Amino acid sequence: MKDLVKILNVFCLLSLLAVGGGSAVLPQMEHETVTLNHWVTGDQFATIYSLGQMAPGPNMSMVALIGWQAAGVAGLIIALVAFYLPSSFLTYGCSFIWDHFKENPWRSSVQQGMAPITIGLMLAGVHAVGKTACLNPSHSTHFNTITCTIALAVTGILFAKRINPALLMLLGGVAGWFLLRAN
Amino acid sequence: MPPAASNMPGAPEIFRVFAKIGITSFGGGLVAYLRDALLTDKKWMDEEEFLAALEIGQTLPGLNSVNVAIIAGRKLAGPQGAVAAALGLILPGVLLLLVLGILYDRFRHNPNVAAALAGVAAAAVGLLLQVTLKIGAKQFLKLRDLCFVLGTFYLVAFHHVSLPVVLFLVAPIAIILCRPSKPKPNT
Repeated sequence: MKDLVKILNVFCLLSLLAVGGGSAVLPQMEHETVTLNHWVTGDQFATIYSLGQMAPGPNMSMVALIGWQAAGVAGLIIALVAFYLPSSFLTYGCSFIWDHFKENPWRSSVQQGMAPITIGLMLAGVHAVGKTACLNPSHSTHFNTITCTIALAVTGILFAKRINPALLMLLGGVAGWFLLRAN
Repeated sequence: MPPAASNMPGAPEIFRVFAKIGITSFGGGLVAYLRDALLTDKKWMDEEEFLAALEIGQTLPGLNSVNVAIIAGRKLAGPQGAVAAALGLILPGVLLLLVLGILYDRFRHNPNVAAALAGVAAAAVGLLLQVTLKIGAKQFLKLRDLCFVLGTFYLVAFHHVSLPVVLFLVAPIAIILCRPSKPKPNT
């Protein structure tokens, strides 16, 4: 029960802080769910994140799996509701009064000022997932070289060509199975 | 809300259309799917309405795609429409994730599965890096913006400065630096 309340608190807060899309809350989510509350390990977090990227629908539905690991079905439902409901309520309410703010010059200041911070948060998100998925001190150098290569290859391919990322992730899985299973 | 017009879709129809996106949108990019469905297929919104919805969705907290779904659903059928749109978008992916999660729980100690999942996780990092670099391209080229990018990254990644602190202390500084210039007379 205590865990459920905690799940509710953590994901409600993340919901309202998810300015600039879901990826910006990734470092905070990792810190809360792995380091502070031990609902999942760093490895599980990185895997759950990648499953969320692969599945259809909003990528942050991965919170469902974190809630599930933390407290079963009740945790799953609470995590989802807590993550989606507060921001949705806010959007619903604000969509009525939006026109009043449309012409306000501060609106573009907020957008311009927030843009680099969102990018910094997303980079921290790359670090939060990458420190277990790519540069994991508990794996061998050989293992880490391969995972880093897979990650950078995906980055490079996506810059060069428009490919469905889900397909690339499946390919990453094949490459992992082929190159990493002996390690 | 004007749901009186007979050509306005009801909640079940809205759910069906958004659920179709929720099922087929493998690999993300949901805003493009939403645009196709709402503008091209169904003509439920015009370009201007969609861009306005996207602007609200991007400015407010929450995922852009879910926020756009809420606004579009509300416009089409009021509160029920908003609920139908959001649930349609979210639920199918959650069900699939649940299946993946159960499989993951059962097989993660199998060395073959563990190796494949390590590859998938590494690829997901590469994807996030690419998205970050792509949408941040402008910010990396401007010195002041770059300072905020790297400063935020450094504080959050290595000093675990929490998100509220970043949003309530660092963000206001960045916003004030971008404050609107004094309105020029007669322009």
